[in-house]
Amino acid sequence: MAKIKYEAPELTEYVTIPVLQEGAMAHSSPFVAKPKHQEDLGFPGELVDDWHDRAIAKMGELKKTSRSFGLFLDICVHCGACTDKCHYFLGTGDPKNMPVARQELLRSVYRRNFTFAGKNFPKLVGARDLTREVLDEWHSYFHQCSECRRCSVYCPYGIDTAEITMAARDILDEVGYGQKYDNEILGKVMTIGNNLGLPAPALAATLEDLEEDLEDETGLPIKMPLDVKGADILLITPSADFFAEPHIDGLLGYAKVFHQAGVSWTMSSYASEGANFGMFIGSYKTTKKVAERIRKAALDLGVKRVIVGECGHAWRVAYSFWNTLSGTGHGAAADDEFAQKLQKQLDPRYPAPQHIVEFTYDMLQRGELKLDKSANDHRTVTFHDSCNVARGTGMGGIERGQFILPREVIKAVVNNYVEMDESTMYEETLCCGGGGGLLTDDLMELRIKGAMPRMNALDKVHREEKVNTLAAICAICKSQFSKVLPYYDMPMDMIISVHQLVGDALVFDNVPDKIDESESEVGSAEESDS
Amino acid sequence: MLTGLFATLFYLATAILVVGVTRRVVGYWQTPAPLKIPTMPAPRTQGGMVYRMAREVVLFESLFKANKWIWIFGWVFHMALLLVVMRHFRYFQESAWFWVNIVQPFGKYAGFAMIFGLGGLLARRFVVERIRYISTPSDYLMLVLLLGIGVSGMMMTMVFHTDIIAVKEFMLGVMVFDFSHEMPADPLVIIHFSLVILLMIIFPISKLMHAPGIFFSPTRNQIDDSREKRHVAPWAGELDAASLRAESQQSGEK
Repeated sequence: MAKIKYEAPELTEYVTIPVLQEGAMAHSSPFVAKPKHQEDLGFPGELVDDWHDRAIAKMGELKKTSRSFGLFLDICVHCGACTDKCHYFLGTGDPKNMPVARQELLRSVYRRNFTFAGKNFPKLVGARDLTREVLDEWHSYFHQCSECRRCSVYCPYGIDTAEITMAARDILDEVGYGQKYDNEILGKVMTIGNNLGLPAPALAATLEDLEEDLEDETGLPIKMPLDVKGADILLITPSADFFAEPHIDGLLGYAKVFHQAGVSWTMSSYASEGANFGMFIGSYKTTKKVAERIRKAALDLGVKRVIVGECGHAWRVAYSFWNTLSGTGHGAAADDEFAQKLQKQLDPRYPAPQHIVEFTYDMLQRGELKLDKSANDHRTVTFHDSCNVARGTGMGGIERGQFILPREVIKAVVNNYVEMDESTMYEETLCCGGGGGLLTDDLMELRIKGAMPRMNALDKVHREEKVNTLAAICAICKSQFSKVLPYYDMPMDMIISVHQLVGDALVFDNVPDKIDESESEVGSAEESDS
Repeated sequence: MLTGLFATLFYLATAILVVGVTRRVVGYWQTPAPLKIPTMPAPRTQGGMVYRMAREVVLFESLFKANKWIWIFGWVFHMALLLVVMRHFRYFQESAWFWVNIVQPFGKYAGFAMIFGLGGLLARRFVVERIRYISTPSDYLMLVLLLGIGVSGMMMTMVFHTDIIAVKEFMLGVMVFDFSHEMPADPLVIIHFSLVILLMIIFPISKLMHAPGIFFSPTRNQIDDSREKRHVAPWAGELDAASLRAESQQSGEK
């Protein structure tokens, strides 16, 4: 495929609100899902003949099953608070990328079909019929939203455009007009177990290779256990951690932490995926199905704890939705058979699920980790709050824990830490530009332009404070940044995992008897040079 | 004639307002939020959530974070409206409650603040390109309607004093179905009443539902406790049961 070179927007001292450029991104629309991708998820293979009626019926269903849908469509007053908050609007200037305008694409149809004013005075209230053009517009602009929820922070009523985007994608899937990238990936999770389509034997081989790498590096038989029944901890991590750079060094970091903490853990070949794109396409049933794979793995392996690796939306699904979808949590009613089945097995002393950062932070608090910060002295680090972690989850059981814990972990392992402009951090953080199921090459232009606001803040600390490392706890952020950093004249390898920083700072004593113990399994354990 | 017409309209508008808003609110009440979606960081306790909601409703906290201009105009308008409405209690009571009397002088001049706020919000719709883009005709008309109510009211208070005693007697009469007190045929009263009646009628079918609506907004009224408490929508229970059946079937086959 011919490579198209896109122009990145220019970086400025501060991000300015662009002049509206109508239709600037009207051409941006992702590939349509192929019949197989659709049918694997139980959606019609291609656009059905009665798409209009089915779409309206689906809207009616959503109005009944989800309060946010009807409520958010009803109560927006068009005040404009959100209009300059979306990174895609800031990066493209397309007015339909203003959150309220994006909602309006769907709200106009909702009004026409479900409200008195819209039925009787459509012109007056901006209501319109659902036409093929409108449907195409939905496919385009509801795939220019990364469901990052930044707008929901500023809305006086808490209207969350992500909810509307999810609903729109749900409707599009329902009429056979889904997005290829998301639905193809979901099909792979359902059939093979992970987004990559990496089968169990390949995964096992990969992990063996990684164990060898770890042993070469540390001289210790640090394990990467797979499908170990009776392990205490099940690690669920995005499959990007198994192969992609820089993710993989994060995975090695988790393994090192687990090793030094001396806990028994395992991964699962059946549920070898933390990501859950079901959320991206707004389908409760699909999200539940994917979440239940992890439940099944936890039940089958008999683990007491479930820990989630560095993945933003996966952590949102895990933290906020798992208990609801698959009972992976605590506090179910005594007669809640479905949830109790798993919850009886989970150790009540630990949060379920737990984030790897929470685990590492806990180990740091207990002084279980031996660290040498100077190992990271060649780095000046800044941290990017990933949107889903920041606005969709918590950590540590304390308010704002999702901001505090990662920073505490980083500061414990590096000497040089710098914060980016505060108005772009914490709950006001900017999406990397590739979240929400948009991390696909057919949306490259959007991804580059949408990254601009974050790149702007990063560029500033890169120039002024000599920041050379951008740490993140999200697989999508890592992939997206690797791709777009060069467009903004920054090195692609400056993005790394938080647990790579941790892994690099960990100090291992070479304990020979530990090696002896496991010699039978690892074969010839070589003495380390260090 | 005027008395009968407006009395009837008041009954009709009140019925539409009460029944309409109640129906909508009951609808929101009964529709579940299937997932936990509070905008984080969110309070971890019920009390914390009430405090967050109070800040949102009283101070417009999120709007303040978003845009200072919209906040100034919007907040001033709403607070002034509150004072003005409170002041109006005196026209519905034989002798006003003590707090109505306290509010009276503030409520009188709050009318200016209300018109200032509305004017600012309307100006933004014309001046700011982004807001102009998202404005529908009804957005302008809604502000014009509220301005009309405010200006006609202020005209009566400040410029062409109407026979307020007669207005009060009419109103008190309407409340007990006594139509012996004529409604004054003052054009300002007619305009003011007509616009208020129109506002009452469109309230339940318009974006004005944002007022009760915010209390039902899951991103603001949910608590950050998803790991400690299981939250399941009634309709999702059936899905759980189906999954459980499938699981036991699978283990039975083994």
